[in-house]
Amino acid sequence: MFVARRDLGFAKGRFALMGTVIVLITVLVGLLSGLTAGLGRQNVSAITGLPADRLVFSAPADGQKLSFTDSQVTPAQWDGWAAAPGVRSAEPLGIATARAAAGARTAALSAFGLPAGSALAPRGDLLAPGRVVLSASAAADLDVRAGSTLTLTGRELTVAAVSGDAAFSHLPVVWTSLADWQLLAPPAAPPAAGSPGSGPVTGSGEHATVIALSLSSAGGLADADRRFATRALTPDDSLAAIGSYTSENGSLQLMRGFLFAISALVVGAFFTVWTIQRSGDVAVLKALGASTGYLLRDALGQAVLLLVAGTAVGTAIAVGVGAAVGSAVPFVLDAPTVLVPAAVMTGLGALGAGLSIRRITSVDPLTALGSAR
Amino acid sequence: MSLQLANITLTYPDGDGRLTALDDVSLDVPAGTVTAVVGPSGSGKSSLLAVAATLIAPDRGRVVLDGVDTGGLDRTGLSALRRQRIGIVFQQPNLLPSLTAAEQLQVMAHLDGRSPRAARARALELLAAVGLPDLAGRRPHQLSGGQRQRVNIARALMNDPTVLLVDEPTSALDHERGAAVIDLITGLTHRRATATVLVTHDRTHLTAVDQVAEVHDGRLTVPART
Repeated sequence: MFVARRDLGFAKGRFALMGTVIVLITVLVGLLSGLTAGLGRQNVSAITGLPADRLVFSAPADGQKLSFTDSQVTPAQWDGWAAAPGVRSAEPLGIATARAAAGARTAALSAFGLPAGSALAPRGDLLAPGRVVLSASAAADLDVRAGSTLTLTGRELTVAAVSGDAAFSHLPVVWTSLADWQLLAPPAAPPAAGSPGSGPVTGSGEHATVIALSLSSAGGLADADRRFATRALTPDDSLAAIGSYTSENGSLQLMRGFLFAISALVVGAFFTVWTIQRSGDVAVLKALGASTGYLLRDALGQAVLLLVAGTAVGTAIAVGVGAAVGSAVPFVLDAPTVLVPAAVMTGLGALGAGLSIRRITSVDPLTALGSAR
Repeated sequence: MSLQLANITLTYPDGDGRLTALDDVSLDVPAGTVTAVVGPSGSGKSSLLAVAATLIAPDRGRVVLDGVDTGGLDRTGLSALRRQRIGIVFQQPNLLPSLTAAEQLQVMAHLDGRSPRAARARALELLAAVGLPDLAGRRPHQLSGGQRQRVNIARALMNDPTVLLVDEPTSALDHERGAAVIDLITGLTHRRATATVLVTHDRTHLTAVDQVAEVHDGRLTVPART
């Protein structure tokens, strides 16, 4: 890097301009990464945080996709699953959107209904008909604490505890008993008569959205799915059943991918022009005895130095901005959202630069002789 | 014998055929002597220098440097040979714009894997030898044409070459500065015992050299000196 380091100092303006571009793209990628993770967490943390091995959906009709919105399971199904081989426990879990009010404050919440005392909810031991557990965000939105009362879709309930910060579909979660949940989320169309999902739901209103399984072995799941007309998925796989999550996350990841590609192309374009501009110097160095490997290492080292410096500054700015706005917008600051984008930026930028500086190999040292420079 | 060109023939593509730039050229340059190569434009002077510098391989013939037949070397070997045994003084100084005068010389040591820091003392010594003891920290744009050419010469000597190839070093200089550069090259050649080939169009400098070779249409003759 003897020549490359000195070029960095000599052509300060050009490298500062390119470094600024790298910084800005890194800031954008860093903010987008933090926002993507933050929005994702706000969308799915209640599901990914469930201490369950599988979530069982009602099998969708032909041509339909699995969906938390459309899934509806019955007591016959969760009782059947509870007795299936390899299943330690099967608990119905209802998911619905509800409107809550406490005093003058109102908030839209995701209501998660579970059997009283269920261990799936934080402080599930306090869950009982008439008593709810609120996530911290929900409690803050409604300005309530343990012992307060709130109205959830017209029913007055007592806050048994405030625990965790789970969210689903961008709404903070309120954990209710299944009985309370079934009152605020009446069943949709009843299952077809004679199907494994048919049963009490049509008469008593007992139903839930999915069944949360705890497994001792995963061997008989496919057979049970067939018998009960259901579909068992891991919590992570079940995220695809949240329509807003897949479209939102897909869009943000696409933007991030484009930014990575743009950064590689911009860096590649810069170093293409830079290499062309200094091809005369390269010819002289080759004529003086520099090996092609030496020149490639020198040029690539220069690119990596610029990329690392630009990415480091950009990442620091993104972290600072993320920390500043973290309470106002969903933003996650952790190693995957900070270091991974920085590493990808550097790697792809180096790849772009590497492809550009290949032209060093084709510079003819003969041009240094007698050339008017 | 430090440099020996034996029966060199070099042709270039020229339309459907080939143009002969050097036609069965032979030249011996003993150590400690300067051989001037003169001739009109397009006669083959630069081609001769390019072949001697191993920058282009001849169609036929051998280039032997310090007993090493360059025809048997691959690209890496040729690069190493240029670094370690050949010094090239370009027609234009061809200095790297981002390097100071001292660094123009230090980079030669770095190319050869030696520490530039350790080479700094030698670079300063050489700059002093070419009359630029106080300009080591200046970049090319801060030097005059004559000063750049002196740095160019000092750079060629940095790795103690056994062969010095000098291409029209006075073409951009006035007569007085040109004469000073030729004196410098001949002096260094005799002191350092290099085999120097000096390509020039300026016949006023020929009195200072040990041997004159003339090139016409790719053919080289070495008239006996009187």
